[in-house]
Amino acid sequence: MLKINNLHAAIDGKEILKGLDLEVADGEVHAIMGPNGSGKSTLAQVLAGRDTFTVTDGGVDWDGADLLALPAEERARAGLFLAFQYPVEIPGVSNAYFLKAAVNAVRRHRGLSEYDAMDFLAKVKAEMKAVGMKEEFLYRSVNEGFSGGEKKRNEVLQMALLEPRLAVLDETDSGLDIDALKIVAEGVNRLRSPERSMIVITHYQRLLDYIVPDKVHVLSQGRIVRSGGRELALELEEHGYGWIGAAQADDTGKGMSGGAGRVAQTGGAGASAGARS
Amino acid sequence: MSAVDFWLGRHRDLAANLPGAELPWLARLRETAIDRFADEGWPTMRRENWRHTSLAFMAQQALAVREAAATEAIVADLRARYRTVQGPENEVACAADGHWLVFVDGRLAPALSSIGSLPSGVRVGSLADALAQTPEAVEAAFGRAEEGEAPEALNAALAADGAWIRLARGSLVDEPIHLVFIAARTADQHLRNLVVAEAGAQATIVEHYPAGAAGSTLTTAVTRIHAAQDSHLGHLKLQQEAPEAIHLAALSAEQARGAVFASHSLSFGARLARNDIRTRLAGEGAEALLNGLYHADGRRHVDHHTRIDHARPQGTSREFYRGLLDGSARGVFTGRILVAQDAQRTDAMQRCDNLLLSRLAEADARPELEIYADDVKCAHGATVGQLDEDALFYLRSRGIDSAHARQLLTYAFAAEVLERIAHAPLRALGRAALLERLPGGARLEELS
Repeated sequence: MLKINNLHAAIDGKEILKGLDLEVADGEVHAIMGPNGSGKSTLAQVLAGRDTFTVTDGGVDWDGADLLALPAEERARAGLFLAFQYPVEIPGVSNAYFLKAAVNAVRRHRGLSEYDAMDFLAKVKAEMKAVGMKEEFLYRSVNEGFSGGEKKRNEVLQMALLEPRLAVLDETDSGLDIDALKIVAEGVNRLRSPERSMIVITHYQRLLDYIVPDKVHVLSQGRIVRSGGRELALELEEHGYGWIGAAQADDTGKGMSGGAGRVAQTGGAGASAGARS
Repeated sequence: MSAVDFWLGRHRDLAANLPGAELPWLARLRETAIDRFADEGWPTMRRENWRHTSLAFMAQQALAVREAAATEAIVADLRARYRTVQGPENEVACAADGHWLVFVDGRLAPALSSIGSLPSGVRVGSLADALAQTPEAVEAAFGRAEEGEAPEALNAALAADGAWIRLARGSLVDEPIHLVFIAARTADQHLRNLVVAEAGAQATIVEHYPAGAAGSTLTTAVTRIHAAQDSHLGHLKLQQEAPEAIHLAALSAEQARGAVFASHSLSFGARLARNDIRTRLAGEGAEALLNGLYHADGRRHVDHHTRIDHARPQGTSREFYRGLLDGSARGVFTGRILVAQDAQRTDAMQRCDNLLLSRLAEADARPELEIYADDVKCAHGATVGQLDEDALFYLRSRGIDSAHARQLLTYAFAAEVLERIAHAPLRALGRAALLERLPGGARLEELS
């Protein structure tokens, strides 16, 4: 169980998350939607342990442990996985070496024996087949020269190999055509299990046609402003984020005229983005 | 102790007994060279080409061997390592593991050397022997006392030996020619290597400077390469001298029409290492690659001073240097490219990238382009930076600890230079030498 409680996070003195609350039970898939700049990626990065962000208030409890007290690598070993929106290219490090180093670091931590070269190769090849990746990608440098779709498949491959308890997918749909999106979504769906929770971050509801969430949350200005079932995503699809902005202004009306004005402005941009999808 | 007077005295004492002392041209050249060195002294930062590296301390530097080197073991280890990197699956290559000329304290050690079978017209031997047998050929290749920097003059005055390699027209030497230079008992060694490649000849030459005696030692090494029309020459230098050693080297090449020359300089050792690397594209359509990697930590200093002369049209040059600087080490790179008025359609590209692994490490990268032709393509770039934070986080987010992630990225940065070494076993040798230098290198062994 993941409990995010009144989370505040800032970068370079600018507060991005402003009191975010969220609970994700084991085995659940939660979607977080929101317009650009609402703090979606910040949430993902803070959960994964990126230290360019400073947590200024609140906390994250993960199965009784203080998640934020752990360095990034220990979170990963304990079973947290972030699928990056922009996977990083690492020239000179082969994907095979990288994957093996990662898998063995995690297995060591979990008290499992490390894979030797042969076992690892057999395992990774099987998983690659499942996500539709050619074997040559093993011997290329990590993400270097990969297309957008290939990079995202490589993320799903890593997720499959690392077998996380909590996976955070940060705009895994961005930059994908519909075929690539389906393959990536299939890869994710294959990994759904009662022991594994997922947070699926997306701008568009399109991804949620393929990865069906248990709950949908709307993030705006660093806070969850709406939560609901799958139908919430469809409403957003229909009305755009401007609708949330207006609704939020209605809900919270008092003493927020300046804030409501800003929401109305972003509402315009959100609406056009909604129409594009 | 190592002041100019000391070297004048050394020359006075030695001159009559140096190989070739009876050759008037050589006696004169050595005389002129020591006079020049006396005149110029050890370079200081006041000299244009030494702006970031001063040898002024040499005037007070005592040179002394504290502990002699186990020469046989060093050679055996090097050869075994070379056989290993070739891979056990390749038994044929193991049987013919190249040609090895070993020099100990500046003189050929025949007992440690072995030359495999060579094509006819190819000569691989010592300079001292060549001076006795074919002095005219040596005279044409030896170089002049006025050439290069002051340490090169000192070398011209004192060098007693080195490699003499002559490649006949069209000859092809398959296996690399390894030259090993070990400072074993004496505190200074001076090597002069001369390579004369006739038209169309092909060979790869490796200069090894393994860690020898412990103590303050001095190596001066000058390698001169004449690359005739359409010859293909590869040169790899692996400098791994002991931590207190001073290493002063110059490599200069002259390339005729269509000659292809590749220099790979891997500089990992010594307390101070200076490499002057020059090539002159003297004929049309010549191609040069200057590729290099340096690593220094502690208080060590490494300087590559390179110069590419495009003298004739349609020459191509590629220059790639990378530096890894840790502790409070200092790395210096100067890349001079000269394009003469006559060198139209020159295509020159230069890059130097440095990675600072600590707060106190320093790097200077200086491109110097002088272009007198109007139809040329010249590009250059230099960077000094730290490890990519995004990449570090990406690795850590996969469970790889911070130290391992840093090692991995450091290795990857450096390995790009090694990729340009075409000969696979030599590339593997360079890689092993790099991993030995990097903390956590053993963990990276299986990195392909």
